[in-house]
Amino acid sequence: MTEQAPIIRVRNVTKRFGSVTAVDDVSIDIRQGEFFALLGPSGCGKTTLLRMLAGFETTSEGEIEIDGQPMLGVPPNRRPVNMVFQSYAVFPHMTVFDNVAYGLKVTGVGKSEIAERVKEALTLVHLEDFGRRKPDQLSGGQRQRVALARALVKKPKVLLLDEPLSALDAKLREAMRLELVHLQHSVGITFVIVTHDQDEALSMADRAAVMDHGVVRQVAAPATLYEHPNSRFVADFIGKMNLLEAKVAGLSGGRLAIDIEGLERFEVPHDGPASGEIGIAVRPEKTRLSKEQPAAGRLGLKGKVSDVAYYGNESHILLDTDTGVRFTTTIQNETRRSDSSILIGDDLWISWSPEDTLVLSE
Amino acid sequence: MSTLPARSMRRRRVRGTNPLEYLKRPWMQLTLLASFVFLYFPIVTLIAFSFNDSRRNITWRGFTWKYYEKAFNNASLHDAFVNSMIVAGTSTLVSTALGAMLGLALYRYRFPWKGTYEGVAHLPIVIPEICMGVAMLVFFNAINMDLSLITITVSHIAFTIPFVAVVIRARMAGFDVSLEEASHDLGASEWQTFWHITFPYMVPGLVAGALMAFVLSLDDFVITFFTAGVGSTTFPIKIYSMLRFSVTPEVNAASTVLIVITLSLTLIAMIMQSRWAKGRQE
Ligand SMILES: Nc1ncnc2c1ncn2[C@@H]1O[C@H](COP(=O)(O)OP(=O)(O)OP(=O)(O)O)[C@@H](O)[C@H]1O
Ligand SMILES: [Mg+2]
Repeated sequence: MTEQAPIIRVRNVTKRFGSVTAVDDVSIDIRQGEFFALLGPSGCGKTTLLRMLAGFETTSEGEIEIDGQPMLGVPPNRRPVNMVFQSYAVFPHMTVFDNVAYGLKVTGVGKSEIAERVKEALTLVHLEDFGRRKPDQLSGGQRQRVALARALVKKPKVLLLDEPLSALDAKLREAMRLELVHLQHSVGITFVIVTHDQDEALSMADRAAVMDHGVVRQVAAPATLYEHPNSRFVADFIGKMNLLEAKVAGLSGGRLAIDIEGLERFEVPHDGPASGEIGIAVRPEKTRLSKEQPAAGRLGLKGKVSDVAYYGNESHILLDTDTGVRFTTTIQNETRRSDSSILIGDDLWISWSPEDTLVLSE
Repeated sequence: MSTLPARSMRRRRVRGTNPLEYLKRPWMQLTLLASFVFLYFPIVTLIAFSFNDSRRNITWRGFTWKYYEKAFNNASLHDAFVNSMIVAGTSTLVSTALGAMLGLALYRYRFPWKGTYEGVAHLPIVIPEICMGVAMLVFFNAINMDLSLITITVSHIAFTIPFVAVVIRARMAGFDVSLEEASHDLGASEWQTFWHITFPYMVPGLVAGALMAFVLSLDDFVITFFTAGVGSTTFPIKIYSMLRFSVTPEVNAASTVLIVITLSLTLIAMIMQSRWAKGRQE
């Protein structure tokens, strides 16, 4: 293995605020040059973890290493990381140029070098002509670019971003996602981004850590998180998911026999152990609706359409199955009239292939 | 044809009074007038009669600058004015610095008994001035300090600090703490962060607080009266002592000077405040 040493090592880090445990025994390695996302619902401790990396919060337990150096007791101004704040925190009384130059000035970089590096950084975020403006003459998106340039001009080992896109409108947010990824590729700096938006994390990150109540549930590439979630929480949090409770009937030769109410016993490929009560999950887009009972070999449940939600490119159909479980399925609106083919109250079958069934033991 | 809508509109406006158009109501106008008269008639009279060419303040005998000249050449009045400036200047400098620190500390830190500390620190705002004066006098006696300009200055510092602190605290309430964090994150030390980021934000509050402290000190009578020693007369006390002999236009002139200084400083403070408020909105 020629694996590089991780740029950030988080080892058994816990953070308590009084009786609240915001971050609970978290261990993560973040690799050099990767775009890493901390993903999770509100209040799960993402910001707290990021602030511990930046040095604004101390760890209650555990240790953090950045670039091989232990960070215990190292103040934010001595860490090889820089942060882009959620509110951007652009200094209101300084011009764009002075904002970007600030981090160099306070550390005693020479005037000519400052001018050069600031210009370079402003070009990087397409603000070459805005140097003399004051922050109150900028749009929200431009202010964010200032915050980015101000951090990048320091040439940090790691750039930390706390919900950098949350203050932008939907269109701009989408555009900025791509731009951030391009930016990260061109500067080659490790990015750690905090977000509660799974689309954001999936579309931008090389890898993401899914957090829940201070605990890291899974660290993996987006496709793995989506197709192979390791727990009910991750399965449910990433994308839409149909979850069923099931029982293990037997495990042999890499095939797991499963019992679910309303279905005949079926087998799915599965490696690793499994026993007792498990969760069964299937993505909506991997299910199919049909008027007739599906072919043998597919798993099928009968139900009644309870809602049709139209999203333009696709529609989401809610199906209340006879066993009492509610399924969501998506259909692509391939022609202009295709949504009218399914109506509320229709009796339909929903089916999927055993291979697309996920087994969740947690 | 085209004048019709305009006319009907005008009629409507006369008939109905918007609930917010208080001034349309006669009794409201009357109240306003009365309060203006009660408030400003004495002051306007005082100023007007400072220009009256008569030894007594009863009838108007024509315009003159004579009493300003006289007041200016009155050596003891002149001294009192200089004393007042020294006291107000010094106490403003000190109380602005200390008050700013107090305001900042109360804004920033959490510590045990903070509520109590805050209440005690702001007590001088509500304590009757006479009590403050007596307390100061007793204190200076107890430590065997002779009354002089120094004792006056010290007491003025003591009673203006909380005013400055309140102003600074109000200013800091709108401060975004992540600005300081960003500065720190970009490599600045605590000290650099304070001077480059926090202090510039505080400046409007500092100016407002300083002007307030200056005006409060300049026209303070009660506390000064208790803490002034022989030969350390301030302007308000001098005016008072002149009054005891006779009410001459010279007193009016001196008072007018005080009014003008106070008003201009207040005006400056207000203009600065509105400028900054506008600057922030843009
Ligand atoms: N300074 C603090 N003092 C006390 N509790 C705190 C403090 N900061 C965070 N917490 C608590 O820690 C938990 C995690 O907070 P954190 O801000 O890290 O969440 P988050 O995942 O960033 O959420 P969001 O998406 O809403 O920003 C929350 O329960 C929060 O109330
Ligand atoms: Mg957060």
